[in-house]
Amino acid sequence: MKTIKLNVNGSSQTVTVDEDMPLLWVLRDELQITGPKYGCGIAQCGACTVHMNGIAVRSCQVSIGAVGNSAITTIEGLGTPENPDPVQQAWIDHQVAQCGYCQSGQIMSAASLLRFKPNPTDEQIDQVMSGNLCRCGTYPKIREAIKAAAKAKQGA
Amino acid sequence: MGKLATVTRRTFLLGSAATAGGVAFGIYQYRSPVENPLAENLADGAAAFNPWVMIDNQEIVLIAPHADTGQGVASMQAALIAEEMDLDFGQFRTSFGMPSAAYFNTALGREMAPFRFTDQSDQAQTMRGIMGAVGKLMGLQGTGGSSSVPDSFDKLRKAGAIARETLKLAASNKSGIPVEQLTTKSAAVHLPNGESIAYVDLASEAAQIEPVRDVELRDPSTWRLIGQEMKRLDIVPKSTGTMDYGIDLFFDKMINAAVKTNPRQGGVMNSFDASKAIAMPGVEKIVEIGNGVAVLAGNTWTALKAVDAIEFDWGPAPYPAEQAEHWKEVENSFTPERFDKEWRHDGDVEAGIGDDAFEAEYRAPYLAHAPLEPLNAVIKLEDDQVDVWASHQMPRFVQAQVAKITGHDADQVLFHNQYGGGSFGHRLEFEQLKQAAEIAKQVPGRHIKLTFSREEDFVHDFPRQIGMSRGRGSVNKGKVESLDLQIATVSAAGSQASRIGITQPGPDNQIPAGAWDAPYAIPNFRVRGYRVPELAPTSSWRSVGASTGGFFMDCFLDELIHQAGADPIEERLRLIDHDVSRKVIESVADMSGWGRDLGPNKGLGVAFVPSFGVPIAEVVEVTNTDRGIKIDNVWVAADVGTIVDPINFENHVKGAVVWGLGHAINSEITYSDGIAQQTNYHAFEAMRLHQCPEIHVKGLENAKQIRGIGEPPVPPAAPALANAIFAATGQRIREMPFHNHIDFV
Repeated sequence: MKTIKLNVNGSSQTVTVDEDMPLLWVLRDELQITGPKYGCGIAQCGACTVHMNGIAVRSCQVSIGAVGNSAITTIEGLGTPENPDPVQQAWIDHQVAQCGYCQSGQIMSAASLLRFKPNPTDEQIDQVMSGNLCRCGTYPKIREAIKAAAKAKQGA
Repeated sequence: MGKLATVTRRTFLLGSAATAGGVAFGIYQYRSPVENPLAENLADGAAAFNPWVMIDNQEIVLIAPHADTGQGVASMQAALIAEEMDLDFGQFRTSFGMPSAAYFNTALGREMAPFRFTDQSDQAQTMRGIMGAVGKLMGLQGTGGSSSVPDSFDKLRKAGAIARETLKLAASNKSGIPVEQLTTKSAAVHLPNGESIAYVDLASEAAQIEPVRDVELRDPSTWRLIGQEMKRLDIVPKSTGTMDYGIDLFFDKMINAAVKTNPRQGGVMNSFDASKAIAMPGVEKIVEIGNGVAVLAGNTWTALKAVDAIEFDWGPAPYPAEQAEHWKEVENSFTPERFDKEWRHDGDVEAGIGDDAFEAEYRAPYLAHAPLEPLNAVIKLEDDQVDVWASHQMPRFVQAQVAKITGHDADQVLFHNQYGGGSFGHRLEFEQLKQAAEIAKQVPGRHIKLTFSREEDFVHDFPRQIGMSRGRGSVNKGKVESLDLQIATVSAAGSQASRIGITQPGPDNQIPAGAWDAPYAIPNFRVRGYRVPELAPTSSWRSVGASTGGFFMDCFLDELIHQAGADPIEERLRLIDHDVSRKVIESVADMSGWGRDLGPNKGLGVAFVPSFGVPIAEVVEVTNTDRGIKIDNVWVAADVGTIVDPINFENHVKGAVVWGLGHAINSEITYSDGIAQQTNYHAFEAMRLHQCPEIHVKGLENAKQIRGIGEPPVPPAAPALANAIFAATGQRIREMPFHNHIDFV
């Protein structure tokens, strides 16, 4: 067990845990930040996606000992119900979610994609977003929402 | 759903009674002997009926007893009440309520009646009425079978109308103005002088009067909500990470649990060695639970890791260990001993087919449900009460299953239903709930959260039925003349029923589903079901029997049409003897530009498979690229009678098409050594975004009876794709998953 200092959603947090503990479970069980979801535990579903220094990572594969000073952003830090990020707003406007369980991860992957490719091609969307599984089959709406968010961000 | 779902039933009842003038409206209070879930413990002056609508001086609460596992029924149920009650979205809160016989489902039972969906005869309708009443007699509160909309449509509008008229009467009593001069709008009664009284300010008044029972439903031309695009109630929380699912619940001093039980389902545990696990930091306790072990730890990760460190000696599976043996059992089931029922015989297939039969055999594998939120439950056991938090489609069975283990009465089990992260039939089962109860019995007085690992979820899923068909048929002068289909599957319904201690009566109508009630006037047409004895335990999987039967039937028909040299759409239209269905096929032909010049390496395939009373046709367009088959477009036309919310309708259809195609292409569950070989999404991923085609949806409203759309778009997807692949390549694929036979991009 080790006491580790974290920077999550802009605030400093301290946890005392095993260094091997995945970031996902530290967020969920130690900090009760439950936007990132457990879906597979082996980086196959993407439901646990968060940002480390703005880059999408699968938090089930990042051990807490490796996080260091990285700025962790979860879906809760991207925006709020009152003040959603443009990607979240596009997800709301297009009513993407059905069960919604994968959507935190989908949104975090999309936000990261748009950061590096503000105007992604269909192929780039396919490539990046195929790492995020959606069992309800919301893919057509995800594509629409990403394009809408790209437009909104460029207009902003 | 907010606080109602997370307080105990007792608190809830006392709370509502303690609130001055709390009032609850429902439609069955005047004619129903069903126990009133709110009657007990209510104080004087508070009216109580079977509640769909509750008002106190603070807020309006709409009870949405159908479980929402992503299909949006919480919003749909609320909208139906709000339509008649003149509420706007934002003016009420919803709750799943507590399990109650009052929330019985009539639509589920109606579909059990053995009549074709096109049969509107008096006999068929009478039988449906009787079967519907069974749901009431059994107090069957259930979500499934695309029944939530048909079950709710009249019932909840009427509940809203009763509330509205009673509130008007209360306003009349209060103001002295005759009811006829009062109107309602935006959660208030409006007086002729322009003043208004908010519903919440009429609660105590309304609680003192008998509800107005003689109400009329509004004319569809005046609907404000039904038929309009809705913003579903959960869309903001689900887009901002603020929706709490069962897996996200936390309580003070809660302990986290993980389990392993015999992966050979139903097999025993001979022994285990937990010495490594108990030594791991953070592990608090290890308990035996029937055929397995649970680890309790400070966090879920530790519990999962520790349970992995336990060494087990498992007993054998009570079913064949290897997949090939399962198939052999299915193949050997076309016998008189396993004959279940002749579901249809028009004309005379033996005479019609003669000696020159065209024959083909089709197969469909086991499939996992694998909703993205793994099974979980929070439980807390005390002497006179057990609280359970989970998402489930059959709340009253949860109470019974938990009570049986803990020794409580069923009504001492307070089940707090949660939004589910998908289900597809998975949350009809009780494994994690029974295990949670076993743990709680040994660790009373404390909140325990049990989370299945993804692997545990896969190996303990009860998959979709395995099955195959044998088709024989004949054509004559360019027309399909005879079609004789035998379908043999295990009975998922029978398997499910056995787990809740019920013996399924009579033949299983899901074995021939998607085939026997196709509204085709084929001169000689027979469909027979054969029941394969239970192999691995199985369960209902989105669209149930039609997901296999529809594939068998429609692909075989497509083969016969090809044998006849006819056009797949024209011949289906020629054979159809049901107007609503004909329009569906005509629509999808129009939408897809059927008959146009496609260019090289492309193919269009059509399928028409009615299920759950919904006629629905799909056309798939594929390109045979040098890297494999690419699905370009899917067009869907379906008729549900009335579309409650066009956005949700379209989302359902698209999602179900993705579901149907993805599993048909990529997925199967196979057994080796008695254990499911696919234990996580790397081996069972169905469709990912890069394979997803453009999907074009049209909803028709010609049918008289309103229907649900969650499942019906699944069955036509696989056959439409197989038929398209044949059109593009000349290769007939007669077995799912298709990727075992052809590559996909």
